[in-house]
Amino acid sequence: MALSIRDLDFRYGASPVLQGLGTGELPRGELAALVGPNGSGKSTLFRCAAGLLRPHAGSVSLDGADLAELSPRERARKVFYLSQDTEARVALSVFDIILLARKSLHRGFALAASPEDTRAVEAVIEELGLTPFASRDIATLSGGQRQLAAIGQALVRAPDVLLLDEPTSALDVRRQLDVMATIREATRRRGIVTVAAIHDLSLAARFADRVLVMNEGRIAQAGAPENVLAHRAVSETYAVGVHLERSARGTLLVEPYIHGQ
Amino acid sequence: MTAALPMPASATAEYRKRNAKRLKLVLLGLVALAVALALDVSIGPGNLPLADVLRTLVDPQSAAPRLSVIVWDLRLPIALMALAVGAMLGLSGAGMQTILANPLADPFTLGVSAAATVGASVAIVFGWSVLPGAGPFIVTANAFVFALGASLVLFFMTKLRGVSAETMILVGIALLFTCNAITALLQYRSNEVQLTQIVFWTLGSLARATWGKVGVAAVLIALALPFFLMRGWALTALRLGDERAESMGVRVDRLRLEILIATSLLAAVSVSFVGGIGFIGLVGPHIARLLVGEDQRFFLPVATIASAVLLSLASSLSKVITPGVIYPIGIITALIGVPFFISLVMSIRSRAV
Repeated sequence: MALSIRDLDFRYGASPVLQGLGTGELPRGELAALVGPNGSGKSTLFRCAAGLLRPHAGSVSLDGADLAELSPRERARKVFYLSQDTEARVALSVFDIILLARKSLHRGFALAASPEDTRAVEAVIEELGLTPFASRDIATLSGGQRQLAAIGQALVRAPDVLLLDEPTSALDVRRQLDVMATIREATRRRGIVTVAAIHDLSLAARFADRVLVMNEGRIAQAGAPENVLAHRAVSETYAVGVHLERSARGTLLVEPYIHGQ
Repeated sequence: MTAALPMPASATAEYRKRNAKRLKLVLLGLVALAVALALDVSIGPGNLPLADVLRTLVDPQSAAPRLSVIVWDLRLPIALMALAVGAMLGLSGAGMQTILANPLADPFTLGVSAAATVGASVAIVFGWSVLPGAGPFIVTANAFVFALGASLVLFFMTKLRGVSAETMILVGIALLFTCNAITALLQYRSNEVQLTQIVFWTLGSLARATWGKVGVAAVLIALALPFFLMRGWALTALRLGDERAESMGVRVDRLRLEILIATSLLAAVSVSFVGGIGFIGLVGPHIARLLVGEDQRFFLPVATIASAVLLSLASSLSKVITPGVIYPIGIITALIGVPFFISLVMSIRSRAV
């Protein structure tokens, strides 16, 4: 029971972005961190996996079934992609947009939301500590609060596959830990396959069950954090040295450094 | 005495309360609609007492024939046309603003109205009809076909280029200038009678209202509003960006095309009935956005109602500036609309920084 991405090719015009990219099996209940430099194709990979872009070759399958064969709505029920852009300045409340994410799971044109839907929204809002902001317009929130609301949209849909493009980039230290713990917990409890693009290697090492290193449209290395992050693929990908260390609390710390400095 | 401690309301309870408030605003809007209509019907040359006018409306049988003719044949079609055209332009503008993610989009700024004027001018100057058998409706038919054509050009041109909301507005502005140039060329070639007709068309006037047109407009609104509302959730999702909407399973391209066709139909019909009336499709939705936010289930009806009320009030205003003279309503809406348009541009710029 896993997500499997095989031999993915994608190009914008003539320039290739993904070149025979494969992730191997990403099992349910595991959080995978996708790391890699800017422009290595992480967002394109997410868009292909979510069906927003049609890859020129390769396949994305969940539990053995090809996702390309599903209708957009069916695929969207299984896979939810949270893009990096959470900056929409719109006169909608936190409750509105999370309810919207829930409501769009259903077919049909019913204008009112069912009690079941509002209950699910309420639960997610409480889980993320958004209750004090629930009625505020997202345009008036801080970047971090907006990011939390966006994560609420992802959780309320209870997808099978969760693709998160830098879910913690706008969050303060405490919220980064909270959100990553929430995501990991939801992933395990609900048996979701979660792939999160994360720039902070220590954060990736700390929360991910598996790290995928992406470079120039391919997965350069994949596996358990302590194995992958020590691998020379990481040094080569970022052109840095990497020093790994266990803290006194047992947490894996990653210290990248530039040679000669 | 019990001190009222603020109850820690649940998010759902607050949401319900907000919805109830928004629903109340819709109902209030309908009341405002009725008041504006009564006001519009009661104003006009002849200085008829308000009570007489209202009695004639409620009970036409008992009214004096002269009164009945003035109210039912002269004033009511115009007053209802103001509401209907306002509603069509408001819904059209609201729809365009939502699918283009641009608060400056409306039939006027995108060149759809200008294209309709070209169609009308072609009919007036050359007598060419695009639709065969248009007969006496040749001017209206041409305006309609050209407006629809402009919307489709807009859609397919932007489709070709692969295309952001900003591009669409730029293409719309290019379209507007092109249409204005063609209309000017036609005016240059026309004789005096034709010139007067074109100018009259360009101004936009409710004096062309008839019961037939009011009926057509009413049917169109009755069909269009549910068509939009059925897509309410998907349209709200679109406000969060194409990618987010697509992640939620919304077929963004199809939705955009459906709404674009519907909005151009609304714009084309209103322009072909009464000529170019600008800015209503900007101001009405803007008021709606301030009142109920952008949940399209509330935004679309309130934008429709607010625009109808606005045009109705503008119609009343057009009759009281100089007693005995009814100014073309397009002039009134432009004079009020332009400063508003500028302030809207400024506020968007300051927000973007």
